[in-house]
Amino acid sequence: MHMFTGLLQRLPAPGRRFVIGVPMAWMLFFFMLPFLVLLYISFVDMGKDIHPFKPLWDAQAGVLRLKYENYSSIFAHAEGSGLVQTIYVEAYLRSLAYALCTAFLCLFLGYPFAYAIARSSPAVRPALLMMVMLPFWTSFLLRVYAWKGILADQGVLNRLLMALGVVDEPVQMLYTNVSMLVGMTYVYLPFMVLPLYATLVKLDMRLLEAAHDLGASPFKAFWLVTVPLSRAGIIAGFMLVFIPAVGEFVIPSLLGGPENMMVGRVVWDEMFTSNNWPRASALAVSMIALIVVPLALYYRSAAQAAPGKA
Amino acid sequence: MYRLVQDYFGRAWMVLIFLFLYLPLLFMVVFSFNGTRQDAVFTGFSLRWYEALGRDNKIVEGFWLSLQIALATGILSAVLGTFAAFVLVRYQRFAGRTVFSGMVNAPLVMPEVVIGLSLLLLMVGIQNVFGWPERGLLTIILGHTLLGMAYAMVVVQSRLLEVDRSIEEAAMDLGARPAQVFFLVTLPNIAQAIVAGFLLSFTLSFDDVVISEFLSGPGVNTLPQVIFGYARRGINPTIYAAATLLISAITIAVIVYSLRVARQARRRAQEAQQAFSESAAPV
Repeated sequence: MHMFTGLLQRLPAPGRRFVIGVPMAWMLFFFMLPFLVLLYISFVDMGKDIHPFKPLWDAQAGVLRLKYENYSSIFAHAEGSGLVQTIYVEAYLRSLAYALCTAFLCLFLGYPFAYAIARSSPAVRPALLMMVMLPFWTSFLLRVYAWKGILADQGVLNRLLMALGVVDEPVQMLYTNVSMLVGMTYVYLPFMVLPLYATLVKLDMRLLEAAHDLGASPFKAFWLVTVPLSRAGIIAGFMLVFIPAVGEFVIPSLLGGPENMMVGRVVWDEMFTSNNWPRASALAVSMIALIVVPLALYYRSAAQAAPGKA
Repeated sequence: MYRLVQDYFGRAWMVLIFLFLYLPLLFMVVFSFNGTRQDAVFTGFSLRWYEALGRDNKIVEGFWLSLQIALATGILSAVLGTFAAFVLVRYQRFAGRTVFSGMVNAPLVMPEVVIGLSLLLLMVGIQNVFGWPERGLLTIILGHTLLGMAYAMVVVQSRLLEVDRSIEEAAMDLGARPAQVFFLVTLPNIAQAIVAGFLLSFTLSFDDVVISEFLSGPGVNTLPQVIFGYARRGINPTIYAAATLLISAITIAVIVYSLRVARQARRRAQEAQQAFSESAAPV
């Protein structure tokens, strides 16, 4: 630490200012400023004609026109009272439900998978990991699109099921919860597998042997030793799946029907179809609120996992 | 007995999940060679969808546009990401560090829809005041860089934390100026991570559809946007042909890269052994 401050002092101030200033200015201008603009527009009135929104400062009347309606209308109909099931609330709840289901499915499929990779011989592990990553480098959009062909009424899967005699007529899978969850689980599975693998590969097998020697059944040993020791990986994987899944836009557009609309799509429609910029902004701001809580929980557990690091 | 069951179960599960992961890729490769438009029955080998791909101006133009955008995004992200990583690792105390760290990390968890919408609103505002920039190439690059920079920063940051500070201090003691230390000592040490950051942000940009949809103007369509448009309309084997070409290119790149890494590792091990035997040999 002493050496470090010594080094800092030797770095000339202008150079340091430049090194900090470049990324700082970039982020302030392209991240902070757009967010402030978004926040501003979420509090103003919808405009008329070519003006998409009215200014906050009414120059004629000389008053500030702060509108909360953009937010309140998300949660309640204008004429109704209390919390009503508006399409926005429904889309939010649906997004949360899909994201949760996806995260659980990824955990269920990914845990034994990551465990098997971690237990395979060290010589093949890099190749297996690369095989997990390879589809990830291939276009996400194309991989989602392929499911559309696979799950269609006259698609490969339905034909296979009919040929095998499992079903007599095509089962509708596309544009339903099935296609939504298959697509989302497929896309986000690697995000779950990689952190799980990272914790499972470090697991000391002697602990399991000890549990066995002390008379624990394999199931009990797994539940009381392996799972708690991989807790950090489970939480990390869960969040890495859950957070982007909430805001998913492409998968509901390609694999979902009108009743599978998620909040990302609602923002888009409000912006480009209804041309209601203030409400689109209010929806986007609320969307951030939706991920802040799980994110805070995640950071807290990450801080707990590494108490010495702080 | 139990271990045997566990091993078999583990292997079977692994095979099933790999099948799940590779099924869509396999599906697209097979049906890109199909003779007819439908994609449930293979009716005969043909290259007609590859011909259709070459003739499709929207796809070809979209490809070149995406390539330009991805290159610019990759370079900008690598440079800015390196700056940001350097600031976060090396400058522990300065005014606004918390805000800075929050801002560079935020795009990693921010929904792309929110990034796209807020940047669009800013760009529209700027355009209304200054009459510039027109939405298109430039605005898409800016949007992608916001995301790419955060990813490049994470990659470079983890490498920068591993760099042995004592070699930098040695260079300083020998009279190198800070800029010299950075370019002659630090940069070569983190170069591989910067390249990795470039590749990651390049891929993100080349693949992105959401931010591009928000920030592109009329008549400006990146390759993913063109594909997204086709995909929403229905089945189009031309897309499978495009996918097959992309999958082949990526597979070849990954294999060449891993062979190179393996060869380097082997050479290093050989050199280490040689050095050891030389030093151990009697003088």
